[in-house]
Amino acid sequence: MTAAKNFAITWGMVIDVDKCTGCGACMVACQAENNIAPATDASDKLKALNWLVVYELANKKPFPEHDVAYLPRPCQQCGNPPCVSVCPVTATDKNEEGGIVSQVTPRCIGCRYCMAACPFHARYFNWFDPVWPKGMEKTLTPDVSVRPRGVVEKCTFCHHRWMAAKDKAIVEGRNPNELADGEYVPACAQMCPNGAIVFGDLKNSDHAIYQILRAASAKGIAFQLLSRTHKKDRRPNPEPQVYYLSRRKWVRDLASFRLPKTRD
Amino acid sequence: MHDNAVSPVSSYPDSGHAPRGSFFRFAALMLVAAAFFVWGLYASYLTLRNGLGVTNLDNYFGFGLWITLDLAVIALGAGAFFSGLLFYILNLKPLRYIVNLAVIIGFVSYSGAILVLMLDVGQPIRSWFGYWHANIHSMLTEVIFCITLYLIVLSIEYLPLILGWKKADKVPFLHHFGHNLHKLMPLFAGMGIFLSFFHQGSLGGMYGVLFGRPFSFRTGVFIWPWTFFLFVLSAIATGPLFTSLIAAIIEKCSRRHLIPWHVRDLLARISGVLLALYTLAKGVDTLYWAVKLLPRAGLDFNSVFHGWAYGKWMLFCEIFVCGLAPCVLLLVNRFRSTPKFFYLASFLACAGVVINRYVQTVQTLAVPSMPFETWQSYSPNWVEWAAGIMIIAYGVLVIGFSFRYLPIFPSKNPGRAHYD
Repeated sequence: MTAAKNFAITWGMVIDVDKCTGCGACMVACQAENNIAPATDASDKLKALNWLVVYELANKKPFPEHDVAYLPRPCQQCGNPPCVSVCPVTATDKNEEGGIVSQVTPRCIGCRYCMAACPFHARYFNWFDPVWPKGMEKTLTPDVSVRPRGVVEKCTFCHHRWMAAKDKAIVEGRNPNELADGEYVPACAQMCPNGAIVFGDLKNSDHAIYQILRAASAKGIAFQLLSRTHKKDRRPNPEPQVYYLSRRKWVRDLASFRLPKTRD
Repeated sequence: MHDNAVSPVSSYPDSGHAPRGSFFRFAALMLVAAAFFVWGLYASYLTLRNGLGVTNLDNYFGFGLWITLDLAVIALGAGAFFSGLLFYILNLKPLRYIVNLAVIIGFVSYSGAILVLMLDVGQPIRSWFGYWHANIHSMLTEVIFCITLYLIVLSIEYLPLILGWKKADKVPFLHHFGHNLHKLMPLFAGMGIFLSFFHQGSLGGMYGVLFGRPFSFRTGVFIWPWTFFLFVLSAIATGPLFTSLIAAIIEKCSRRHLIPWHVRDLLARISGVLLALYTLAKGVDTLYWAVKLLPRAGLDFNSVFHGWAYGKWMLFCEIFVCGLAPCVLLLVNRFRSTPKFFYLASFLACAGVVINRYVQTVQTLAVPSMPFETWQSYSPNWVEWAAGIMIIAYGVLVIGFSFRYLPIFPSKNPGRAHYD
């Protein structure tokens, strides 16, 4: 089984599903920050381009036990990414400190094999030419390249914000590899009105995410999507760098394929 | 290289063109094929002009009809490399009747597959990045290398046939060039076998390595999942049968006897044994997947099938109707020597491979990969059908013109065709 890549800095997210109201502010923030062109027909959800999508989960029980939850899903920046090894042109890689899975769109040939490989549907294809209505081009983020039709793209944890934070640290004479908590935050985490998305270095004890994840793990309420439930499962584990929290057991169970007979 | 290398045509005592049949029937068939080809060209123009948004592919189904068609024609075109192996390397002389046709079918399959891939990739102009930025860990890199190199080999194998055209043959240089190229054919056949073997396998490996997709994920040997070997085996089992079927269609259309029955019988016996091996391997693989791999991934057998388009009936068809049944028909002498059973078995075996490639491509993506997702469905739109049919029309045109104007079959009473 392939081992996950290890980095001294490991940027990660903890998303508290119980705090998410499904408002979609994170999706809008992501769209605006990362120069994702408005869709001509946004009703076609399977062709729309959103680096981050909020899923609605339901326990499918009748009232009064009926319950819903909202689960924002950015790229999971897997420790062992299913998409990287399959790309025929090395347009995606995981080899930079921080552990963010890159996407080199000028190199992507648009074969979509990475989309087939990603079980989280975190990769999106540019089915149409990106068009910004007149005047809207002024809203483009200057640090993020726009992408042409025919390439695959994905969430980068707003990598350009990390570069900006590192530049700032260098200018101020600080070590760019020792950023303080909150110096680098992706747009989705910044915009969440409920503070459901916490971002930081999973290995830095000075970052809030480190403490939150430790406490949640101790309580048994932290989980990763598609976490393994069978010790003989010989598939490599994606080992996402995105963690979720929920105090509701049905939510935790729903995030992984847990059949009673397959439990260890 | 073999010293006793023989040209499949010139070595035949009555070398030359086989009778060509009625011109009007030929012209009518070619016009129909050309009409479909033009329709597909229009669809291709729309795709290249407006992008892949004009198709029914989406973010769930990044692969669809075109990839299914690619995999199917590449598997069925395996007759070229496998017949080459049997004829040039293992020296099975009777196959000289079929080896030229196999090369042309291989050429059509691979060039057709590359044509449709040029539509299917989002940035076709960047296709050469597969060489320049090659990721050695990707099965698709291997496919890009082998598929393009093998098309070059097939083009070289096709060239002597084109030079055999009556008017080209009158030019002394072209005549000698073509004749000498024949002598190099065992070398190119050997290269073709190597290239084709590996990418047939890598196409299967492409799906087997998808550890995020339990429907297609398989364990295996070293870096090769079991699907690698299953794809090779299914391709070499059905490729010669497909060549034989196309030959039968040409005989029907031209009302000429072209291939002696004993050649078909030989191919059928070889394919029958290989198909039996494949069906057995596929059965064992399916059993292990259903009983071990799926439960360990937290799924059960029923949960990866859904409705009609993704139903269990296809698995049943693949293994029993298109696997076991043709094995019996091809291996039992009484059935094999009856043309209608022979052709039925050939058709079923080829259909089984097409079903397998469809399931591996589309159903892999349709099965919900996260437990809170629902099943999604995909059906190709007219643009995809038109471009797909364009490739088939292209095949009909190339094979049709090759049959009429090039010396692909030895002439003179090659035997009794059984449909008479």
